[in-house]
Amino acid sequence: MSPTSRFASIRNGEALDFSKIPVVPIEDFRSAILKLAAANHRLCALLCDGKDGRPPGSLLAVLADDIGGKLFLAASQPVTSYPSLTPDLAQAHLFEREIYEGSGIRPDGHPWLKPVRRALADKVAFFSEQGDEVHEVAVGPIHAGIIEPGHFRFQCHGEMVHHLEIQLGYQHRGAERLLREGPPHRSLAVAESICGDTAVAHAWAHCAMREALAGVSPTLRAEALRAIVLEVERLANHIGDLGAISNDIGFLPATAYFGRMRGDFLNMLMTISGNRYGKGMLRPGGVAFDLTAGMRTEILETINRSIRHLREVGGMFFGEPSVISRLEDTGTVSRKICDDLGLVGVCARATGADRDVRQDHPYGLYRFRHIPVVRLDSGDVFARAMVRFLEAQRSLEFLGDAVDHLPEGSATSPCAAPAANRLAVALVEGWRGEVCHIAKTGRDGSYDWYKVIDPSFHNWMALALALRGGEISDFPLCNKSFNLSYAGHDL
Amino acid sequence: MTRVSSYLLLVVFAPPLMLGIITKTKAAVAGRKGPPVLQPLYDTIKLLGKGAVYSTTTTWMFRLGPVISLSAALAAAALVPLGGAPLVAFNGDAILFAYLFALGRFVTVTAALDTGSSFEGMGASREVAFSSLAEPALILAFSSLAHRAGALSLAAMFAPHGGPSAAASTILALGSLFIVLLAENSRIPVDDPNTHLELTMIHEVMVLDHGGPDLAFILHGAGLKLVLMASLLVRLILPDKTFLGPLGTLAFGLAAAAVVIGLVESSMARLRLVRVPQLLVAAICASVFGLILALR
Repeated sequence: MSPTSRFASIRNGEALDFSKIPVVPIEDFRSAILKLAAANHRLCALLCDGKDGRPPGSLLAVLADDIGGKLFLAASQPVTSYPSLTPDLAQAHLFEREIYEGSGIRPDGHPWLKPVRRALADKVAFFSEQGDEVHEVAVGPIHAGIIEPGHFRFQCHGEMVHHLEIQLGYQHRGAERLLREGPPHRSLAVAESICGDTAVAHAWAHCAMREALAGVSPTLRAEALRAIVLEVERLANHIGDLGAISNDIGFLPATAYFGRMRGDFLNMLMTISGNRYGKGMLRPGGVAFDLTAGMRTEILETINRSIRHLREVGGMFFGEPSVISRLEDTGTVSRKICDDLGLVGVCARATGADRDVRQDHPYGLYRFRHIPVVRLDSGDVFARAMVRFLEAQRSLEFLGDAVDHLPEGSATSPCAAPAANRLAVALVEGWRGEVCHIAKTGRDGSYDWYKVIDPSFHNWMALALALRGGEISDFPLCNKSFNLSYAGHDL
Repeated sequence: MTRVSSYLLLVVFAPPLMLGIITKTKAAVAGRKGPPVLQPLYDTIKLLGKGAVYSTTTTWMFRLGPVISLSAALAAAALVPLGGAPLVAFNGDAILFAYLFALGRFVTVTAALDTGSSFEGMGASREVAFSSLAEPALILAFSSLAHRAGALSLAAMFAPHGGPSAAASTILALGSLFIVLLAENSRIPVDDPNTHLELTMIHEVMVLDHGGPDLAFILHGAGLKLVLMASLLVRLILPDKTFLGPLGTLAFGLAAAAVVIGLVESSMARLRLVRVPQLLVAAICASVFGLILALR
C-alpha cells in the first residue's frame, strides 16, 4: 500500500469537496502521517476543525510533497486525546500545542505542552537550570528598540547559551476568528494585517483561497501584477534586512545605503498601489490597480538603477573582511534541524534545502516564469544574509522581465461567492517563506474555519536552537538574520 | 590663570565637540547629514534639567557611581598636559592617571551590579574582563615612554618629539594606546556606542538604569576620558610649537583624532565579543615589544 493512499491529493490553490477527504481512525491517521513524513513529505499544517473550542474534534493534516508539487490531506475521526506526534515528528510540536490550546484535544506524551499564545510569561513553566555558575537572562516583552513584544529566556554559563526559550503570544489579535466570522468585506483587510511586512503575500494567499473556493481564476495580467508587487515586497524586506544586519554589527555605511534602497521599493509599492506596504492592491478576482505606461517606465528605471546599486553596496558589505568574520559561523542551523523542524523560506534555503513554493508548488505567474532558487549550505548568519542578497538580485531580474512583458487584458474579474462544503489550500512564497491559508466552507458558503500559517510559525524554534552553544551577545544578530514575525506567529 | 581657564574650557567643551565630530564623520561616510556637531552638548544640558528615577532595589552605591566616575575623570584631566603644562604634575602622576581611570571603572561597575539586573551584571563582567587586558597594555606603554623620558610624569613622557628620535618603541606605544583608547571608550571595533541591543553592549548596558543628571555625568565623564586619551596621543604625534599655538595645536589634534576614530568606525564592523581579547592582547604585545626596544 502506498503511503499516500490514505490521503486526498490536490495542488496548490485548488479546492476539493470536503467529503472527498478520507476520515480515518486516529491510529491510522497518526501512522499515515509518520509514513508520509518519512518519505520526505513536509507537514504544512496540522489543525483541529472544531469551531467551539471544546473536545472532541477531528484533526486535519496537510502534507506537502515538494518534489511532486502535491498537497496531501487527511482527517481523523473526532477524538478528545491522542498519542502525540511530536516525539516521532518534531515538525508537529507547535501545531499540537496550538491544537491543545485552542480545542483542548490533548496530545498525550507531548514533551513540552504549554500554551502558544494565551499565556502571560509569568504564568507558564520555563526550562530552568540550577547551579552556582549558571545564570538566567530574561529579555522582553518590552525591548529597548522599536520591535514587537516577545519574551526570551536564556540559560547561560558565562557568555555561553545553554538553552533559549521563546515565549510569544503578546500580539494575539484573533485574526483567524475575524476571518472566520466576517463580515466578508472585511476579510481582505484582516488578511493584510496578519503580518504588516508580509501584507501582499497574505493578501495573495487569501485571494487565491477565495478564488479556489469560488472556482474562478484571475486574468493573466492580474497574475503578473500580483507577482510584481510580491517581488517588490520581497525586495524591500530583503534589502531592509541586509541593512538591519549591517546595523547590528555596527557597519554603518552599508546600513545607510541598504536603508535608502529599501525606501525605493516601498515607494514603488506606493506608486503601484497607493500604500507603502502594498495594502489594498490585491482583491479576490484580480488586482485593484493597473500599471499605466508612465508607471512602467518609472519602475523600469528604478529597477535598472537598483540592479547596479545593489551590486555595488552588496560588494562593499560582503567584501569587508570584518563583516564576513562577524557573520560566519554565527547562529548555525544544521540541515538536519531544518528537516526535523520543517523550516521554510530563507532560513531553510540557507541550510541547503531546495524549498521554495514558487518552484515547488507554482502558482500565478510563477507557473510560466520561473525564478531560480538560491541555496547555500552553511546555515549561519552569513548564509541567511547571502541568500537574501542573491534572492534580491534574482527578484530584480524577474521584476524587470515581468514589468517589460506585462500581458494585455483586464486586471480584474469578478469573483463569485464561495461554494458550499469545500476546502481550499493556498500557499504563497512570501519573503520570509511559505504563507499558508486553509479554509473550509459550510453549507451556506460561509467559513466553518479559517487557518493561517505564517512562515514564522515554523521557524521560531530554529532561532532557539541556533543559539545553543553560541554566545548570548550573538543573539541580536541571529535574531535579525532570521527576522521572524511576532504578529504572524501570534495571529 | 590661563592654565586654569584653558583646563576649564577643555573639560567642558572638548568632550561633546569631539563626540559630535565623530558622529558627523560617520554620517558623512554613510552619505547622511547627521546631527549637529554640538548635539552631545545639547543632550547633556537637556539631561541636567531632568529629574532622576531610582529603582527601589538600589542603594547609595548606585548614586555614587556617576559622581565619582566624573570626578575621577576631572582629576585625571588635571594631570594631563592639555595645551601647555598640566595643572598638577609630579613624578609618578602617570600611575595616578591610570588608577583614576580604574577608580572610575570600579564605581561604574559596582553601581551596575547594585541594580541586580542580569543585563548590567553581564555588562559589568565584560567591562572588567576586557579592562583587565586593556590596563596592562596601558601600563606597559607608559613604562616604555617613561623609560625613554627618564621620568614617570605625563608631562615628560608625552613631551612632543619627532624625527629620528621618535623611536620604534614610541610608535609601538602609540599603536597600543590607540587600541586602548578604542576599548576604554567603547568604540567600534570593541563596543558599539550606538547600539540599542542590550545583549551585545559592554559599557552602555551598565548605565541603562541611570537617568537625568546622573546620565549626563556619565556621558560627560566618558567623553572626557576620550579627550584625555586622545590628547596624550596628539601630544606624542604633533610638534609642540606650531603657528596655532599650544591650545590651537591640541584642538586641531583632537579634531583630527575624532575624524580618524570616525573613519575607523565607518570602515569596519564590530568584532565578535570573543575576539575582543585577541585585539587587546595584540595591544599588550605591541607595548611589550616597545618596552623591550626602549630597554635595549
